Amino acid sequence: MEFEGVAVRVGVATILRDVHLKVEPGESLGLFGANGAGKTTLLRVIATLLRPSGGTARVLGVDLSSQDRFDIRPRLGLIGHQPALYPELTLLGNLEFSARIAGVPTDAAIGALEAVGLGKAADRPAGAASHGMQRRVEFAREIMLEPELLLLDEPHSALDPSAVELVEHIVAGVLERAGAVVLVSHDVDRVAPMVTRTAELAGGTVHE
Amino acid sequence: MSDRFWRQAFAVAKRDLDRERRSGEVMWVTIPFGAIALLLVPLAVGINQDVLQRIGTGMLFVVVMLFGVLTAIRRTNIETPEQRDAIALLGIDPVAEFTGKTMASAALLLVFEVVIGVVAVALYGLDISGWWWMFAVMPLAAVGLAELGTLSASIAASVQAGPALVPLLVTPLAIPLLLGATQTVETVGGDGVNLSWLVLMTLVVLVLAIVGVLTARPLQETR
Repeated sequence: MEFEGVAVRVGVATILRDVHLKVEPGESLGLFGANGAGKTTLLRVIATLLRPSGGTARVLGVDLSSQDRFDIRPRLGLIGHQPALYPELTLLGNLEFSARIAGVPTDAAIGALEAVGLGKAADRPAGAASHGMQRRVEFAREIMLEPELLLLDEPHSALDPSAVELVEHIVAGVLERAGAVVLVSHDVDRVAPMVTRTAELAGGTVHE
Repeated sequence: MSDRFWRQAFAVAKRDLDRERRSGEVMWVTIPFGAIALLLVPLAVGINQDVLQRIGTGMLFVVVMLFGVLTAIRRTNIETPEQRDAIALLGIDPVAEFTGKTMASAALLLVFEVVIGVVAVALYGLDISGWWWMFAVMPLAAVGLAELGTLSASIAASVQAGPALVPLLVTPLAIPLLLGATQTVETVGGDGVNLSWLVLMTLVVLVLAIVGVLTARPLQETR
């Protein structure tokens, strides 16, 4: 992905300005910044969920101002602050739904749940699972879907210490497939060992 | 339509029906509420069989329409922004999403219509001599209201005052369906069914389907 002079304005507020950023395949970028620095907004732009107001942005070879941006969505993975699970469905049911939409065999769902240590909780409704378990299911979804570009927003949030290895394992898996990872966090110490490069987001722009 | 389209549409419909099956909000809250509404009318207007027979069909579809509005309002509340982002990133075709949601809502509405229809026949003594026309009227009313609800929920999700807008969007546009359903059923047993009302319902269903298909992508991107 490559951003050149990207800006994001919401109403009269400028959230991001003159962002220059390049992440090559096989690279993992740690993006740090204080609360409100615009980290989540930047991730949403990379994920094609928010259109830049200015500048040029290319993700997985596609210009984000073109209609082709919709085509790259299945090749992206995003784990945000809040779990995106359906509380009435079981943990397995949530993953199977993702598999059906993405066109992945639903058999892969149980394997992915086992990979994150939730094989025995597969039939538990997501609404009855802890926040940490829900986060693990989101990691399981990315294991199952194997995105080329993985975007992680505060990946250690709500995870117990044993799950830190899980995050490292997932990041390593993406890099082994010659994919790329962008992690945003305010916790430099935890994220730094997992990334090949770091940058800071401050005042709405990126400083490397 | 490709295999991918139908696979995604059925996955969305299955998800919505599974969610309903586990929460039971429609089946165990709204259906009894609809039946009670039909039960309250005779208490309000008096137990005069002639009056009840005359207003019965209209009451049935008024309750169905109100149920459709309630379902649509519920739809605006059940999906969080994170869930909407997640499903967009899975690469869903917005038209398949619209179709799947409409299929699930229509199935629920059809169940509601049948249950409430039986209650209306029992309470109001409705003439059931032309009951087979219900095979045309009930699915059309269910699909039309489901399309309207899905469309309104998508529009409402893109603005802050979303849930408050849904009744204002759904209710006026549901009037042709309400009139069509009521008038078609009421002409049964007379000189013959007035098909123009059925044609009106079909047109409304088709127009809503076209609007739903054309606006699916823009609505997904603006929410």
